[in-house]
Amino acid sequence: MQTVNIKINGKELSVPASYTVLEAARLANIDIPTLCYLKGVNQIGACRMCVVEIKGARSLQAACVYPVSEGMEVSTNSALVRESRKTTLQLILSNHDKKCLTCVRNRNCELQTLSDELGIGDIPFEGEVSDARCEIDNMSPSIVRDNNKCVLCRRCISVCKNVQTVSVIDAKERGFKTNIGCAFDKSLGEVACVNCGQCIAVCPVGALYEKDTTEKVWQAIEDTAKHVVVQTAPAVRVALGEEFGMPIGSRVTGKMVAALRRMGFDRVFDTDTAADLTIMEEGTEVIERITQGGKLPVITSCSPGWVKFCEHNYPEFLDNLSTAKSPHEMFGALIKSYYADKADIDPKNIVVVSVMPCTAKKFEAERPELSNGGNQDVDMVITTRELARMIKQAGVDFVNLPDEAFDNPFGGASGAGVIFGATGGVMEAALRTVAEVLSGKSLDDYEYKVVRGTDDIKRAEVDVAGRTIKAAVAHGLGNARKLLDAVKAGKESYDFIEIMACPGGCVTGGGQPIVDAKKQMDINVKAERAKAIYAEDKSLPIRKSHENPVIKKLYDEFLEKPGSHKAHRLLHTHYTERELY
Amino acid sequence: MSEKKVITFKGTKEQEARLLKAIESHKGQPGSLMPILQQAQEIYGYLPIEVQRIIAQKTGISMAEIYGVVTFYTQFSLYPKGEYKISVCMGTACYVKGANAILDRLKERLGIEVGECSSDGKYSLDATRCIGACGLAPVLTVNDDVYGRLVADDVDGILAKY
Repeated sequence: MQTVNIKINGKELSVPASYTVLEAARLANIDIPTLCYLKGVNQIGACRMCVVEIKGARSLQAACVYPVSEGMEVSTNSALVRESRKTTLQLILSNHDKKCLTCVRNRNCELQTLSDELGIGDIPFEGEVSDARCEIDNMSPSIVRDNNKCVLCRRCISVCKNVQTVSVIDAKERGFKTNIGCAFDKSLGEVACVNCGQCIAVCPVGALYEKDTTEKVWQAIEDTAKHVVVQTAPAVRVALGEEFGMPIGSRVTGKMVAALRRMGFDRVFDTDTAADLTIMEEGTEVIERITQGGKLPVITSCSPGWVKFCEHNYPEFLDNLSTAKSPHEMFGALIKSYYADKADIDPKNIVVVSVMPCTAKKFEAERPELSNGGNQDVDMVITTRELARMIKQAGVDFVNLPDEAFDNPFGGASGAGVIFGATGGVMEAALRTVAEVLSGKSLDDYEYKVVRGTDDIKRAEVDVAGRTIKAAVAHGLGNARKLLDAVKAGKESYDFIEIMACPGGCVTGGGQPIVDAKKQMDINVKAERAKAIYAEDKSLPIRKSHENPVIKKLYDEFLEKPGSHKAHRLLHTHYTERELY
Repeated sequence: MSEKKVITFKGTKEQEARLLKAIESHKGQPGSLMPILQQAQEIYGYLPIEVQRIIAQKTGISMAEIYGVVTFYTQFSLYPKGEYKISVCMGTACYVKGANAILDRLKERLGIEVGECSSDGKYSLDATRCIGACGLAPVLTVNDDVYGRLVADDVDGILAKY
């Protein structure tokens, strides 16, 4: 690697030639404040918080976009730099809705942290506040936008346009009236937003957050006439601990179950069990379509952000989507049929609450087709962040909780169900089952590491019982678009494709704990949380969906066999083309 | 979200054909959005959602981005212009000489905001940058007629002429 020699604050350094001043300073443990910068997503030098003095340059320069060069001398901490940053921040704050105490991002806000670190004693700029930004957009079932808190950093635009290629928000108007939102000032609920929530995950402040459902969940728990059942997605257990100060990648499955019980839920179930069921149904679909000449490639349908993206942008692929409902929807349908019967409870009195790493699941739960006999399969969805807030409200000392196990009759899940939480996981879980069903024997080599990891698009050919299955995995909708365009153009062809809307898969979903830009400079959050997912998989006695005794019992007692008429009625769905504009 | 004045779109097939031709002529060129929008505004007189939707569908540029560009540049309009285009100069000289009061009186009399058109299509109202008639400040124009050294009470008399 080519390096250059530079001096930062008098300290001599040798750094890679491709670095920016910000990256070089980071290497030397010199902190430069940033606000609009987010590694790999938004590097546009817009907010001017990261300005530094560079010898020979005619003015202060933005460290996040300024490349290093041989002999460069940088000062990150001169009086001029400090004064400039402070004034810039005071100006930003003068137009900010400073209601920190009641803000959803209180104590987890990059603007608040900057204000603290830069020692903003007062804000001398009194005057008009931009009136173009006042109305809160809360029409979407998933995402709320409050532009009064917006600092115009444009991270949300970058992630929506460049990473996800959903492109439903942009900067509008100019100057003092500049504001971020949808064309013709429409709500996020009225446009082709897929509700992935990546905009929330990158927002440095409280301008974007999930539609809060916690109060409704508390009300259901309080209602003695209701039997309130909660289920938790695989990715929640490897991230929830972060909200309580635990390191990124901590596994807190047992504590999470214990907390849910102390909050007052009547039953605590594991969505992973339903993920095993999804594999049985989807796997059967894959096998049928491959062996009987059905529509290929089969494309996974568990990511509701991806499904809505497909409905808006790629309607020609709707027949390729697996008709299997997503795991938590399958679970809801089963809880209100099989479980209701067993427990002798009227399904109308059962409330199914899903804890998801996802904001799109809120929209999904409201889909009219995901219901049975007038009851929605899932009644309420809360994100990992909302669960953390509820645990805090309940006064539960999370970190010191004992480990507890999920409730029966859906207690155990296989490792295959767990890995749904990381990109490549659904593909691997399906291959573990499809390979054994097609070959008719139990295989010892069932870890498909070729589909793991955070490469944009993963392609694999897997030999199964004398047949080659061509598989591809894409995470992040921009990558999905690339893959689908290649398939559409006939340049690539596959039997089975996994698509997750969020980069990294569910572990870094739009409902997960928010990791600030500074931490993201040093830690690969996707990889750390995925590591925890695969460790959880390894820790389980059963690692293949079809070997899960709970699943076997379900089919024996109730569903008959994968793809049966009953399974289709309860566990499968259909999709609708939606307009893009 | 915010309620904007609804004006029925009256685009013709002939206008649409011209727009599609304009888009086609820029196909594959980087940075073609500006010339396409300029031509679209020439064809329709303004850039309503119906026109922006066609441009988005044909170019693959998102509506959000197109709308962002349209609202960034004051030359682009989301509303049709009236038979009589009233422009109030808001340049520095006119501004300090009280152009705001004139603009406010016009808004009040016409019942429209800046950038909008009256529902009968007769008047549209714009606030412009300096038109170079600072000696006459404050100034307004109605189509090509210029009125200078105004006070708010002159507004009724000017409107009565049209």
